[in-house]
Amino acid sequence: MKPLNGLFGKQLKVVNLGLEAFYEDLKSQSVEVVQVDWRPPAGGNEKMLSLLGKLKGKK
Amino acid sequence: MEERILRANQEAFDRLQLAQPTIVGIGTAGEDIPGMDKMTVLHAGPPITWDRMSGPLRGAIVGGLIYEGLAKDEAEALELAASGKITFDSCHHHNAVGPMAGVTTFRMPVWKLRNEAFGNMAYCTLNEGLGKVLRYGAFSEEVIDRLKWMEKVLAPVLKATLALAGPIDLKTMIAQVVQMGDEGHNRNKAGTSLLIRELAPYLVMTEFSDEDKRDVLKFMHSNDHFFLNLTMPACKCALDPLEGIENSTMVYTMARNGTDFGIRVSGLGNRWFTAPAEIIDGLFFPGFTKEDANPDIGDSVITETCGIGGFAMATAPAIVQFVGGTPQDAFNFTSSMYEITIGESTAFKLPPMNFRGSPTGIDIMKVIETQIRPIINTGIAHKNAGVGQVGAGLVRPPMKCFEDALEAFVVDAQSRGLI
Amino acid sequence: MAVQTTIRKNAYYDSVTLMLITKDLAKLPGVEDILVGMATELNKELAANLNLLTPELEALSANDFFVTAELTGDATMESLVEALDALLSAKKSSAGSSYRPAALQTALSNEPQLNLALISLPGRYAAAEVEKALDAGLHVMLFSDNVSIEDEKRLKEKAVSKQLLMMGPDCGTAMINHVPLAFCNVVKPGGIGIVGASGTGTQEIMSLIDQLGEGVSQVIGTGGRDLKSEIGGLMMLQAFEALIADPETEVIVLISKPPAPEVAKKVLDLVKDAGKPVVVDFIGGDRGAIEAAGAVACISLEDAARKAVALLRGDTAPSDFAGFDVPEADIEALAAHEAGKKAPAQKYLRGLFTGGTLADEAMKLLGPELGTIWSNIPLKPEEQLKDVKVSAEHTVIDFGDDAFTVGRPHPMIDPSTRSERIVREAAPDVAVLLMDVVLGYGSHPDPAGEVAAQIREARENAAAAGGDLTVIASVCGTEGDPQGLKASRETLSEAGAIVMPSNAQAVRLSAKVMKAIRNQGGEK
Repeated sequence: MKPLNGLFGKQLKVVNLGLEAFYEDLKSQSVEVVQVDWRPPAGGNEKMLSLLGKLKGKK
Repeated sequence: MEERILRANQEAFDRLQLAQPTIVGIGTAGEDIPGMDKMTVLHAGPPITWDRMSGPLRGAIVGGLIYEGLAKDEAEALELAASGKITFDSCHHHNAVGPMAGVTTFRMPVWKLRNEAFGNMAYCTLNEGLGKVLRYGAFSEEVIDRLKWMEKVLAPVLKATLALAGPIDLKTMIAQVVQMGDEGHNRNKAGTSLLIRELAPYLVMTEFSDEDKRDVLKFMHSNDHFFLNLTMPACKCALDPLEGIENSTMVYTMARNGTDFGIRVSGLGNRWFTAPAEIIDGLFFPGFTKEDANPDIGDSVITETCGIGGFAMATAPAIVQFVGGTPQDAFNFTSSMYEITIGESTAFKLPPMNFRGSPTGIDIMKVIETQIRPIINTGIAHKNAGVGQVGAGLVRPPMKCFEDALEAFVVDAQSRGLI
Repeated sequence: MAVQTTIRKNAYYDSVTLMLITKDLAKLPGVEDILVGMATELNKELAANLNLLTPELEALSANDFFVTAELTGDATMESLVEALDALLSAKKSSAGSSYRPAALQTALSNEPQLNLALISLPGRYAAAEVEKALDAGLHVMLFSDNVSIEDEKRLKEKAVSKQLLMMGPDCGTAMINHVPLAFCNVVKPGGIGIVGASGTGTQEIMSLIDQLGEGVSQVIGTGGRDLKSEIGGLMMLQAFEALIADPETEVIVLISKPPAPEVAKKVLDLVKDAGKPVVVDFIGGDRGAIEAAGAVACISLEDAARKAVALLRGDTAPSDFAGFDVPEADIEALAAHEAGKKAPAQKYLRGLFTGGTLADEAMKLLGPELGTIWSNIPLKPEEQLKDVKVSAEHTVIDFGDDAFTVGRPHPMIDPSTRSERIVREAAPDVAVLLMDVVLGYGSHPDPAGEVAAQIREARENAAAAGGDLTVIASVCGTEGDPQGLKASRETLSEAGAIVMPSNAQAVRLSAKVMKAIRNQGGEK
């Protein structure tokens, strides 16, 4: 495998999960970046997370 | 388990893509709808008892009973409805769907559709038009007279027309209308136009008076939503074969009765998961406000269940004017539906999405994980019977429906020893 | 005066946006007290502490958004909500109204060529998202902290097995393919590659390299815990090997707090076959081991930068730099001059830092002169400041430490945490204030401006009390940074600060001033 899968030669295409400011800064430099409109899975509802977990085979 | 669910969902999705909804004729509820009798009144949404029904639904039932001749006025109708002598049931339990109140009674004419891929049927009354109509809970003489004209003139003319025209492929027609600015739920202008175009050459050849033929053509032409009563049963017969696919988390029914919103999930058979229907967020016609609105009502949300309607909003940007939004908003709504669906329609391609197929096959797991609820674009009924439509806007199913369904799904899987 | 609340279920906004908005709304007339945020347990607690918690708020979940405020006079919740929405949509409309996917998976299906995920979500959600990103073949920069060391190990092992970077947790600085990521300075492209386990340490070194006229090939962060024995330097080793193999990198710089001994050994073992000069700054660590391995050791962050530049330019054995950019004699004169203005009571130094590594470097370099230095990140446990809000004797504070950032943005984003304290620190017994000003992407638009007024005020107060306050500052940044190095330095000197070219020189000057004060003590 190439070191870091040849990252150093590639054009960076970033996906940002979290602080809007990081996304804005990259955008202002014309870096290709996508902002994920992230929210906690299942709205943080413990019961739903547990049910989903059971179906996905997680303990 | 995750593998099983993926495979089951793929099967459900594939079955839906195979559907061939086709108009095969016009019949009547009494003759054609399974389990129908003179004392049965079908309605939109999940099952509900008289005491819990909202204004528009009660009004429509009053109108239906008067139309059937079972009551001579409102007072008698109300007494009869509350007496227990009338059987109320969901249209959905009888292979049928109905817009808004969705009241379907014995003598009413119905569209007859068949899903040629699986042979199953679906039925829906014909659309009465706009303003004071039965489906908004109106029951005045004008409403009853119109229903009678539909029974005596409209239906027979269209029945004869269809006999000459032969079966009409609705899948192809719907595929065309979503590329013409329609989305099949709240915007049906193109569909109504294509239908009239399709029927007209045969209609003129039927053995009715020129006046009757003209009245039928004018009637259809005056009501942009005439086609809605075809998109709905088209989606219904496309989705019904998905009932009971073990381990599938795909939603195959969504419906509201003006009080409750209900969903049914493929892997959970015909069980309903209900919660209080929400009030629609939208624009109100002059003189009306949110205080006047009835909670969400109607079987028309079967269109979203099938990947059109609000899910295809991007392709019908004119819709957003109802909700004070922009075409970009319409695009974003459709985009967000891809996050909660299993696949993309092979038939319904949306030009503004670069001809991607519309997001199809709501997965209850994805809804709960992303907290994105299906988007529905709908009309708003006045909470009092008979006033009619007071606005239009956006609404979503209550999250509780999906949560209860997920819980039931897990319990079911556990009981079968799968987890 | 009643507490009023507005609630939005299922609406999510990032914490920094909300904290900055709270700040703006608090300035509105009639707003006595206000809290805006997601209904996390922490925020509910904060609301309770402010007497703004209502039963409705209590019932909310972490996915719900709330505004709670105590309003007086004409202020209404409606007007507050209007102002809030204006602030929120100002952010949204500037970002364009294009669709934002709700999940990483959707982002990937819309754009399959994504290659790096920058994750700054709350800690308890971050690990799961990192896992998804690595599974999808993306490199990861993990800015979030509060990720367990077990998760860090597991994720880094996965990353290494897939030849992917997992920079973090708590990784604030990186520059990949000349793209500044998170908190990062704009540095010219060039031949020096950096791997750093420390954010501001990395920023100081890369900025100084730029100021010295050279540039960087890659700057890779590893997160602060990477060289602990539990993690074993997984990222440091992977990044080091990548830079060894990288043709654009001619000189390598490694920065970290002293690693666990077996980890240091693993890293140093790679030096002899690197085929290019390696500068190792194990801040304060064992020099002998570094040199025995064939690497070049350093005595400060500045020294690391200078040596890297010298090596790049062909100097095979650069000497330690422990001096100043101006003649030593000038410095001595300056120190004496500053000392001479002090009132007899003034004998303490206060360091107020936004960069943890810079604070740490300051304490290490000041130790010999000052002796005991109290701190919230002390060099010795017994030197832990009892109350981090109250300085004592010689004190150095890292305002970026957890003690100050619960419920408040990092001081590099919101300088008010530190600026509020500046005037208070200028007590009658304080002689020298020492501070860092960090520029670059991620930082406040004008960090120098945000401390200038307080510096001025502090110095005026000291003069009015018959003494004099020496304020010494350094600016970590480059001319290419949005804030501008030159402009920032000017703002500080105009406010009365002595601006030094690096943190090390600022610290050494402070030591000289303190020494001069000590030497003249008792004479007045």
